[in-house]
Amino acid sequence: MTLFLSYLINGISLGSVYAIIALGYTMVYGIAKMLNFAHGDVIMVGAYVSFCAIQYLNLPPWVSVILAMILCTALGVIIEGLAYKPLRQAPSLAVLITAIGMSYLLQNSALLIWGANPKSFPSVVNIGNISLLDGRLLITGVTIVTILANIVIMVALTLFTGRTKMGKAMRAVSEDKGAAELMGINVNTTISVTFAIGSALAAVAGVLLCSAYPTLMPTTGSMPGIKAFTAAVFGGIGSIPGAMIGGILLGIIEILGKAYISTELGDAFVFAVLIIVLLFRPSGLFGKNVREKV
Amino acid sequence: MKKLIIAALCLAMIAMTALASADAIKIGGSGPLTGPAADYGISVKNGAEIAVEEINAKAGETVIELNFQDDEHDPEKAINAFNDVLDWGAQMIAGTVTTSPCIAVGAQAFEDRVFMLTPSASSVDVIADKDNVYQVCFTDPAQGAASADYISGHKLATKVAVIYNNADAYSTGIYQTFEGAAAEKGLELVYIGTFTDDTTDFSVQVTGAKEAGAELVFLPIYYTPASMILQQAKNMDYAPIFFGVDGLDGILSIEGFDTSLAEGVMLLTPFSADATDDLTVNFVKTYTEKFGTVPSQFAADAYDTVYALYNASVKAGITAETKAEEACDKLIAAFQELEMTGLTGTMTWDSTGAVTKTPTAVIIKDGAYVGADVQ
Repeated sequence: MTLFLSYLINGISLGSVYAIIALGYTMVYGIAKMLNFAHGDVIMVGAYVSFCAIQYLNLPPWVSVILAMILCTALGVIIEGLAYKPLRQAPSLAVLITAIGMSYLLQNSALLIWGANPKSFPSVVNIGNISLLDGRLLITGVTIVTILANIVIMVALTLFTGRTKMGKAMRAVSEDKGAAELMGINVNTTISVTFAIGSALAAVAGVLLCSAYPTLMPTTGSMPGIKAFTAAVFGGIGSIPGAMIGGILLGIIEILGKAYISTELGDAFVFAVLIIVLLFRPSGLFGKNVREKV
Repeated sequence: MKKLIIAALCLAMIAMTALASADAIKIGGSGPLTGPAADYGISVKNGAEIAVEEINAKAGETVIELNFQDDEHDPEKAINAFNDVLDWGAQMIAGTVTTSPCIAVGAQAFEDRVFMLTPSASSVDVIADKDNVYQVCFTDPAQGAASADYISGHKLATKVAVIYNNADAYSTGIYQTFEGAAAEKGLELVYIGTFTDDTTDFSVQVTGAKEAGAELVFLPIYYTPASMILQQAKNMDYAPIFFGVDGLDGILSIEGFDTSLAEGVMLLTPFSADATDDLTVNFVKTYTEKFGTVPSQFAADAYDTVYALYNASVKAGITAETKAEEACDKLIAAFQELEMTGLTGTMTWDSTGAVTKTPTAVIIKDGAYVGADVQ
């Protein structure tokens, strides 16, 4: 039983990392209605910025996180302005392919700047582990911080989109771009702000991802990014609480699958979930079933 | 201005041709100088360069030359590198460094009849069915069996867990012989965990080993996943003996790695940098002065590789004019009779291309490799 519980805790740790990445995915999708496949790579950039700030500039970890958030926000806005804004009227497939191209551009730029040698990321979380049942169950500090960060971000995003003027503008844009524009909402600015927030969240996710799993490489963001996308679809893409629940459930499924069925097939379980969700409940756990006009 | 540039380029080309000595035996090679296995390739290149410099300094002129290329631990790139060095005029190959590229290049070298001596690619598949591919390192089965021997011989543990990469020929090869040898030596394998190349979460495997009560975790894997396993074991307050083979060598040079995580990690290797014989002391001194780090066994293997190739070439009467194909046959014959004492012990070779020498173990203490039997 304790073994099961400890797997469950491992699953929640992993899932909380997926969840925090999925929040950024779902936020951008919910408003801009585009899948930003470069999100995983913004995460990687955030982690590298934080790594450099700690390792080379000897800055305290929390300063490095803020620095990573600022740089990633700028990066997100630049990516949006250069690559996605010109395609605002283009079919969604063109935007999707541009996003994939952007993902490769970021990975290869990172390869040029930081090289392909993996770096070991120093954990930015300095609180200790919580031990339960005489030390047989351990919850790491990183997990606790990640879950707290998830809750804070989830609540903040919900309040932001529900209460503030910009948030309301975002919801309006998400419902109908044309109508929002007629109402005097600046659609371009609104989408840029969405990307800015999404990218700042990516920086936080990057730092927490690498604190939990310390190897940092140019491809670090891609696999977690794809899994977080799966988590966002699982939870109902566009839904903020859905992303968090979806992420955590996906982490638990992956770990339990690895523990009780096969350690090699961990990734397969994740993508099997994606297929099953798409087959039986395409709008996800918390998604609204919206009919697309063809 | 344009003319000036052309003139400068011509001059540079003349200078480069002048540098390539006409009488030198040309050795080509490749290994990962960038990428996740870069530490191995860089160590090999550095170690080989020291040997080349020493041999040339002793001879008073350039008698051997080395052209070592980056293959990023990628079989396709390794083949390109192999063709590049042959175009350059390489008569024999010191490499490649890692197993999968070495299998690919070995097949090509077998067809092209170019002699290959790998410092570190340890799979049996590297030398299997190829009369012209030789190894300086132990084969994987030898490493697996020697590890089981060492663990039971030194009574390190009886309950053993293994975590290995079953998508990788190196890791699987060592595990399989370890499994067989462990049963004979009375070691109880209480948990076997596998993973694949992209794995970053090892919590299931580490939990499995911990719950099974393993006193020792055997890691026949490369150092990048090992660094994550050590981190996750620490997160779980699990501190068994971690025992690895040559793949773990290099773990201390990962940028940003907290070396205290590797404290007490043991690895089986034919070379330890704190040995007191003259050969090792001089090599470690030169290497540290030149590259600023203590050499790993990969550097030592590479040093021995260059010496073995040079000694065998001298013995076989190979000169700068000998064609690669002719050199290949001569070297095969010479290696059967070669006996050489290098940094990694006294080595002899049989006709399969496998080496015979004695392994020793090192332990990581205060962020450095220390001979385990020395203390």
